[in-house]
Amino acid sequence: MDKSNTPLPLAGGAGGGPVADAPANPADSPSPNPSRKREGDRTEGDEPAVTLDAFLDSQTNATAVRLEAGDDARALLPYLDRIALVEVSFPTFRDGRGYSAARVLREAGYTGELRAQGDVLVDQMPLMKRCGFDSFAPQAEIDPVTLEAALTRYENVYQKAADGRVPVWALRHG
Amino acid sequence: MYKYDQYDQQIVDARVEEFRDQVKRRLAGQITEDQFKPLRLMNGLYLQLHAYMLRVAIPYGTLDSRQMRMLATIARKYDRGYGHFTTRQNIQYNWIKLSDAPDILADLATVEMHAIQTSGNCIRNISSDQYAGAAADEVADPRIWAELLRQWSTFHPEFSYLPRKFKIAVIGAEEDRAAMRLHDIGIQLVKRDGVLGGRIYVGGGMGRTPMIAPEIKDFVTADDLLSYVEACLRVYNRYGRRDNIYKARIKILIHEIGADDYRRQVEEEFAHVKSLGLDPPKAEFDRITAMFAPPAFVAADTPATPFVSSEVETPASAAGVSTALDANGDFQAWRAQNTAAHKQPGYAIVTISLKPTGGIPGDATAEQIDLMADLAERYSFDELRVTHAQNIVLPHVRKADLYAVWQALDAAGLAPANLDLISDIIACPGLDYCSLANARSIPVAQKIATRFADQNRQRDLGELKLKISGCINACGHHHAGHIGILGVDKKGTENYQLLLGGSGAEDTSLAKITGPGFDEDGIVDAVETVTNVYLAKRAEGERFLDTYRRVGMEPFKEALYG
Repeated sequence: MDKSNTPLPLAGGAGGGPVADAPANPADSPSPNPSRKREGDRTEGDEPAVTLDAFLDSQTNATAVRLEAGDDARALLPYLDRIALVEVSFPTFRDGRGYSAARVLREAGYTGELRAQGDVLVDQMPLMKRCGFDSFAPQAEIDPVTLEAALTRYENVYQKAADGRVPVWALRHG
Repeated sequence: MYKYDQYDQQIVDARVEEFRDQVKRRLAGQITEDQFKPLRLMNGLYLQLHAYMLRVAIPYGTLDSRQMRMLATIARKYDRGYGHFTTRQNIQYNWIKLSDAPDILADLATVEMHAIQTSGNCIRNISSDQYAGAAADEVADPRIWAELLRQWSTFHPEFSYLPRKFKIAVIGAEEDRAAMRLHDIGIQLVKRDGVLGGRIYVGGGMGRTPMIAPEIKDFVTADDLLSYVEACLRVYNRYGRRDNIYKARIKILIHEIGADDYRRQVEEEFAHVKSLGLDPPKAEFDRITAMFAPPAFVAADTPATPFVSSEVETPASAAGVSTALDANGDFQAWRAQNTAAHKQPGYAIVTISLKPTGGIPGDATAEQIDLMADLAERYSFDELRVTHAQNIVLPHVRKADLYAVWQALDAAGLAPANLDLISDIIACPGLDYCSLANARSIPVAQKIATRFADQNRQRDLGELKLKISGCINACGHHHAGHIGILGVDKKGTENYQLLLGGSGAEDTSLAKITGPGFDEDGIVDAVETVTNVYLAKRAEGERFLDTYRRVGMEPFKEALYG
């Protein structure tokens, strides 16, 4: 699996907003807007993430951890204050375990970068964002216009989740 | 009935726009069929044998006449003039063009309807008791809880890519008319010390590995409901198997780890989830409750209402009924068979059977759908229900109006007096439509209904729930049939296994296979054979199911294979 893709940081707050640049490998898809790439200030993006097993066994000084779909995110809870990046793998878009992993981490107070990596498709990204993901490393290129439309389409949501959006029941009885 | 506010409407409108965009991208080749599939499935759009099939959600099976008429309009405008009511209280259209689907969703949105999550590995349309709000034996209206769950489950960010589909049913009475314990989560409303709560069952289901859900929690109040089901789903999403589609339902997980271990993990997760403030305030429960307030029933001695339909000519006067009508055997038979006790004196619950002899179970033409809408508007406080047995209910009909209702139904071919009799068959679409099927279901249902067409014979056989599935996925609920039939493929020819002793009611049980299967005509004979065994063996007052449970499989096997 190619992990060298430049992650897509998510800009904007609740409700979505403009999203940075093209997602694909910079080599074959140079960004039209280099000033927003943020590569220089993303040191955590440059550090290879260690596996959960490696992190727990011997590398608890690492600040970037990669969770495979079957890993239990709860194992990271004692170490959240020293982790800067958690990369959650989506081996196929059908495997939704990563959504729960993200929420578990955010609900425990994790504030670092939470990246969805792998078979991450534009139609799944709004849900991922609601679960607390704030950056994306999709395998395939994502059309930024389609993505922006997807992220801003729903003005209202029914549930409280990890993104701070106010559910409609709270708007009704605010 | 629940009515959308601006927020509900915005969400459904946004979905129309989203799906229009997804279809556009698919038609432009920007996404592959493999990538499009989960998107269209999340909108109830299946690619079947001959065309796309669109399944429209009817939340907890409740709709009003305006919505019902829209279903007729869609049948005329985009399909071949009919629709098929399903075992999940939805309706599906079998001849849809992909390019029309966004327009259909836009039409549906104008009447507060949609096709959201009628398919896919997500939380499906919440089902409920078709007699909700009308049943004499109800502790509370289960649709209030179902509506809370509908909103919570709609575009749930964490549970839209579950290991497998997830079905929830809520009932509010002791009598189970919704096969509650054959759902991934079944909730029965109960009262304890005057407080309303839900008894939660998890891990039931049909399919190739049928299981009856064990009780996981004896009492959850409405203000903990969403946190509790959130915990139930999170444990499932974490551990549910994803390596084998046939072992991915929650019933397999609970079977493998055991109900006790599952319960322990749910409790642990619930303790955490409850701290997150996911549950709406009581004001939201009260807001929904107000919309399900009982209609303005009238006193029992008010005169009957004459019916004038836009679709069907009916005899002019139905007023001043009784004596002349007592002679009318067809009406009396229908009234005896197809009406149920209502909690309000002077009212009855009417079930309109969509099972005419030789018809396709659950099918209705656009004209019939319109007529049922007219009747609901005139006689049933504008309400209709779809039943999991693929019939339609008018929940609140004055007894004084029953004759007028029956006349209108009879003129439209909608008055079979066969509710819960052997010809009231549940059948999946089978190989006539479905790309998963191994065998046809519809012709078997038609042949059995024709064999038992004699009304007196049916009534003599009494309550007999016959259910047919055209493949092991069990959409026709054959596991829950007093008599179940499962179509299989046997070396390239259709073969039908016979099962006995299932029940989807409060005495839930799973049917057992009698032995080797039969061909299409053989299965009809086999059904007749087992009913003959019942007639010979039954004790006073016993239904087919009761006799089977008392005498066991042997006498039936002996008659079939001996």
